[in-house]
Amino acid sequence: MDKNQSTELLFELSHPGRRTHRLPECDVPAENPLPASALAGYPPPLPEVGEIDLVRHFVNLSTRNMSIDTNFYPLGSCTMKYNPKRHERLASHPGMTDLHPLQSDESCQGMLAILWEMQNLLAEIAGLDGVSLQPAAGAQGELTALLVAASYYRDKGEKRSRVLIPDSAHGTNPASAALAGFDAVSVKSDSRGLVDLDDLRAKLDERVAVFMITNPNTLGLFDDQIATITELLHQKGALVYLDGANMNAILGVTRPGDFGADMMHYNVHKTFTGPHGGGGPGAGPIAVRKQLVSFLPAPLVARAGERYYLDYDRPKSIGRVHGFFGNVGILLRGWLYIRTLGSSGLRQVSENAVLNANYLLSRLKGIYDVPHGDRCMHEFVASARALRRERKISAMDIGKRLLDFGYHAPTVYFPLVVPEALMIEPTETESKETLDAFADALIRIRDEDADFLHDAPHELPLSRPDEVKAAKEPMLRWKPRHDSV
Amino acid sequence: MSYVLNTPEDQRAMLAAVGVSSLEELFSKIPPQLRLNRPLQVPEALSEIELTAHLSQLAGRNRPAGDAVCFLGGGAYDHFIPAVVDAVAGRSEYYTAYTPYQAEASQGSLQVFFEFQTLICQLTGLGVANASLYEGGSAVAEAVLMALSIHPKRHKVLIAESLHPEYRRTLATYVANLDLHLHTLPTPNGFLDPDDLKRAIDAQTLCVVAQHPNFFGCLEEPEALANVTHEAGALFIVSFDPISLGLLKRPGQYGADIAVAEGQCLGNPMSYGGPFLGLLACREEYVRKMPGRLVGQTVDRQGKRCWVLTLQTREQHIRREKATSNICTNQGLMALKATVYLAALGPQGLKETAELCARKAHYAAERLTELPGVRLRFDRPFFKEFTLQAEDAVPAFLTGLLDRGYHAGLHLGRWYPGLEACLSMAVTEKRTRTEIDGLVSAFAAQRDGACNGVMRPIKEREPQMNTDEHREETKAK
Repeated sequence: MDKNQSTELLFELSHPGRRTHRLPECDVPAENPLPASALAGYPPPLPEVGEIDLVRHFVNLSTRNMSIDTNFYPLGSCTMKYNPKRHERLASHPGMTDLHPLQSDESCQGMLAILWEMQNLLAEIAGLDGVSLQPAAGAQGELTALLVAASYYRDKGEKRSRVLIPDSAHGTNPASAALAGFDAVSVKSDSRGLVDLDDLRAKLDERVAVFMITNPNTLGLFDDQIATITELLHQKGALVYLDGANMNAILGVTRPGDFGADMMHYNVHKTFTGPHGGGGPGAGPIAVRKQLVSFLPAPLVARAGERYYLDYDRPKSIGRVHGFFGNVGILLRGWLYIRTLGSSGLRQVSENAVLNANYLLSRLKGIYDVPHGDRCMHEFVASARALRRERKISAMDIGKRLLDFGYHAPTVYFPLVVPEALMIEPTETESKETLDAFADALIRIRDEDADFLHDAPHELPLSRPDEVKAAKEPMLRWKPRHDSV
Repeated sequence: MSYVLNTPEDQRAMLAAVGVSSLEELFSKIPPQLRLNRPLQVPEALSEIELTAHLSQLAGRNRPAGDAVCFLGGGAYDHFIPAVVDAVAGRSEYYTAYTPYQAEASQGSLQVFFEFQTLICQLTGLGVANASLYEGGSAVAEAVLMALSIHPKRHKVLIAESLHPEYRRTLATYVANLDLHLHTLPTPNGFLDPDDLKRAIDAQTLCVVAQHPNFFGCLEEPEALANVTHEAGALFIVSFDPISLGLLKRPGQYGADIAVAEGQCLGNPMSYGGPFLGLLACREEYVRKMPGRLVGQTVDRQGKRCWVLTLQTREQHIRREKATSNICTNQGLMALKATVYLAALGPQGLKETAELCARKAHYAAERLTELPGVRLRFDRPFFKEFTLQAEDAVPAFLTGLLDRGYHAGLHLGRWYPGLEACLSMAVTEKRTRTEIDGLVSAFAAQRDGACNGVMRPIKEREPQMNTDEHREETKAK
């Protein structure tokens, strides 16, 4: 990344009279008949940029990102694995991208065949019975499943107002619960980082609709009490929801349906290598147990003989959460991935994701605090608590300094149950050499001067943006100079 | 094939370092009775060559816009995408990064999203825009939830029936368990009459939701609707077509408080409905009630201008159940495409695109209504989409037109029982006079064929099955 590269904004590059895209002459005789009262008079004041300036601007800007294709990116909980190039090529096939969402079922049988197969593949991997591909991201999957649960209880004539959520959960869990109209109630973690069964029992009664669990959890631990937990919930007539953010650890090893989950979402951009797109698009399909299938959003893809069709005739459905089918382009990539891997490939993913994480943990053990043991699933959480106390070095300092070594920082300050958390997820697509080099960097950083670390990164074009200023005096768009605030 | 680099030797060395003897042992925390003791039932792995052939074969069973001329609209449109859009979005530094949490390592994405927010403000004439939502339907739901957090004591939502029916369904689904009452206001003349709104609105009204141009393609009277809404102290939420703003007044000019849109038309393919791009802009005073990510400008240690994610205390990872929304992953790559698209068009390009859409749509409407028995359903000005009434406007008729090479339109009876004999059609800047004339001829020919009871399909078609039978079959499963 070039420190001296221009960071001019598009608007500052604007030069009246320039443009990149030119339209053909109008070839029809009709005039523009819109009434003058509806017209703006002049078009929006967009920037005017010529083609080469536009291309240089965006290509140069792209080099100011770290990405999977340029850097090791061990961002915990995000599963930043390699995004195969074949997916980009195949998913861009015009026979897939140029389909209108409302064209007739007969005219998109190939697409429907893929989506139908994807529903079935995700049901099989989950060990559950029905799948909706509609949710656009994991958080929307959570909301959708909770709406399904609400409809299920309404249908049964039961009033249940609460959703229990471990304190180590992703923030989306309680946010989704509130949005679905439930009261979110936090359940403590025990000293091992697992669900505190006593606290769960104390909070579990007939008001509870759903228990949302992430397993393996955000500490990278498989909660081996899961069978007891799901039994406790089911005894009270409640449902168990699995946050599938960490499915990369268990593909083909164990299935949420087999360990008692009734509903779950996938993050296709994580587990099935999306890619992440700089913050999306994702896809957050949900899988549910038999008694919940009739409440799934409509439409589902169905098959009659050799013909596929969108089934809207679902009278108990919650409705829909997306204007159209869902994030099809990402689902397509996920399908390509599963079809490339097959069943043994999927299992290898989890075996090597867990091996890589444990190997990295073994290299860092004794050098960094890892409060929850020396074994993990696909990720682990180290803590800079002792460093902070003894030398005033924070998790943020370590994350920022890693950038100088060409590594994206781990997830920092999450989960909330670990102070000064550094959440590290290497994924299965990294080599032992990469893991060794990353461990060496972390070991070296530990012994660096505290002040030097406070000022990191040193090698990047900028360092430590003033986030307080950004929030106190929000400047959320560019304004021309004469347009005073 | 799993893109794993570890060789058996690597694995042995790594297992030894971990202190276990096998890969299986790594999973010892998973109780044995919960493990899957068989391979997943997944089709056999395919090589890249096989996968490519398989995908091409499946794509061959689709009829994309390049194969049959597309006049379909209803929220997804066959607009042209300049090559620069795909060239930039194909940079893997963008598409293989994630949410820009680490500002120093993400200035590329952050600056793009700041530019995106600015462009959406310029487009809408509103003070602030977020860094994207999922798509147009859930964006309407997010806007209503945002209104609720602005006026938590009001609970009545008035919705124009001319708002996209699937967006209305999405909204109803989102708020099903919240204390909100949704009322749909009929639009028998193709638009929400401000006098009808005046009669329905009261002091309990939280917000009014309309679409302009609406689902029928017609223009609403947004200024009058905004005025009536504001007189009742409620918020005016509008769903707009970004391309239309090359010509039409901007939401900020006619008094919208929150403006949302489907941004697919800005450089994204139709892609069978997603990934699309939800836009949300609003008046500046409501910034802290907004859902979704926001990028703000600041300076670094050396005083250099740079960009960061900001106002994160609204968001789920900080506020948990008290967050303004549950959204986390959004549609960043689509926002990048929209940014490049709008920059490539500029003000003049957007205006010309909108003009071409409007003129071609009017030409198509004029030609089609020359056919006997075909007329415009609504006597309202329209932009790029219009509603035709014709007695034979039924699904089988549209299937016939598809056989003649045209995705001709949407059957509105599907959503509106009163519009059984109506079609909506959309015409973008991509459509040529030849294509429009071809559609008119095919329309006429198909009617003649249908009137004579003779269907002459151009292509061999798969046998049509009775829909009711399918439904029975699914229920039986």
